[in-house]
Amino acid sequence: MVRLITHNLLACHVKDCNTNNFPLEFKDAQIELRETEFNPEFVRGIIPKLEWKALVDTARELGDTTLPLELPEMLDDDFLKNLHHVLLEIHVEDGVMICANCKHVYPISNGIPNMLLAEHEIG
Amino acid sequence: MSRPELQAPPEFYYGDTEAKKYTQNTRNQQIQADMTYRALELLNLPPEEPAYLLDIGCGSGLSGEILDDEGYIWAGVDIAPSMLEVALEREVEGDLFLQDIGQGFGFRPGSFDGAISISVLQWLLNAETSHPTSSPPHRLTRFFTTLHSALRNPSRAVFQFYPSSDDQIQLITSIAQKAGFGGGIVVDYPNSKKARKVFLCLYVGGGGAVQQQLPKGLEGEEEEDSKARFERRRDRERTKTKGGKRKSIKDKDWILKKKELYRKRGKEGVPRDSKYTARKRKPVF
Repeated sequence: MVRLITHNLLACHVKDCNTNNFPLEFKDAQIELRETEFNPEFVRGIIPKLEWKALVDTARELGDTTLPLELPEMLDDDFLKNLHHVLLEIHVEDGVMICANCKHVYPISNGIPNMLLAEHEIG
Repeated sequence: MSRPELQAPPEFYYGDTEAKKYTQNTRNQQIQADMTYRALELLNLPPEEPAYLLDIGCGSGLSGEILDDEGYIWAGVDIAPSMLEVALEREVEGDLFLQDIGQGFGFRPGSFDGAISISVLQWLLNAETSHPTSSPPHRLTRFFTTLHSALRNPSRAVFQFYPSSDDQIQLITSIAQKAGFGGGIVVDYPNSKKARKVFLCLYVGGGGAVQQQLPKGLEGEEEEDSKARFERRRDRERTKTKGGKRKSIKDKDWILKKKELYRKRGKEGVPRDSKYTARKRKPVF
């Protein structure tokens, strides 16, 4: 149940892994689509928090090309709906997330990512 | 009952059976729900505005369900896989993470509009190994600093927890302050043994013009008092009578006197006096 909204806020938290630790790369991702209620205000409110480029890249990697490369200035309903779909309806059920910097692997099983660190990785 | 956090680490204590028990117990559900609503109240989010919340120690999603009902989008972290499994079965909406909060979070700065945590912090107060990273102060520091950066400015985090001593409260608040949080402890029903609840209310930012004020704890008696009303008055009246014990009118002397009287009058079948005379019978059902 990793949604892209959460993935877009998630960086690697291994000790001393501070640069290039975002976004975590998906590998062998199994996707499930689940419809949820569309809430335009929430989507509008979350935009300033998003790292746009990372979101678009990840979405394309997972096979969704509805988002434009640049964040448009006019936020019309169609765009918000697409964004809602990408952020809240795409669930990654299985696979792994890999940190581009330290190569730490966070396995996802049953939709729950395992974020536990080994003792030497704790900051 | 001794405290669960003293028995085993959370990921072992909340195994499959304990996780099911914890979630299905209706009394527990009620308590958790009440505390979640109270925590949301203390969180004081602007009304009618959607928010993205973090549920720290979400467990089986008892509090998450309420967040769903209230229309919040949320993510939850917990260290017990069995609890998360129950949460999956219950189909809560939020994203779940298997994570040890004492190891810190990896969320980007300003990710969340607020955080709640119900009955979790006390689990951070026990060291599990002798490794320096597993000492409670180290884990608390890591937890609070990474949480502070993951929260938006301004925002709040509300933790309900069960401290077993004032030292623990002292330790937690001092570390939270060092991590940059403002705020403090709010105690609901401080004079009630059962209903007493301790909340740690932490603020990110909010200095300057708008000084955030620590909310007041709920006062007075708990709503559903376990004692009957007026009992105290009855207590008082009972102590007014001599020695607190009212003498029975038909005591042994009275019975002996009556029997003597009957014998004198020549009544037949008066029982003879013995050590059993006027003795109280055992209650027999």
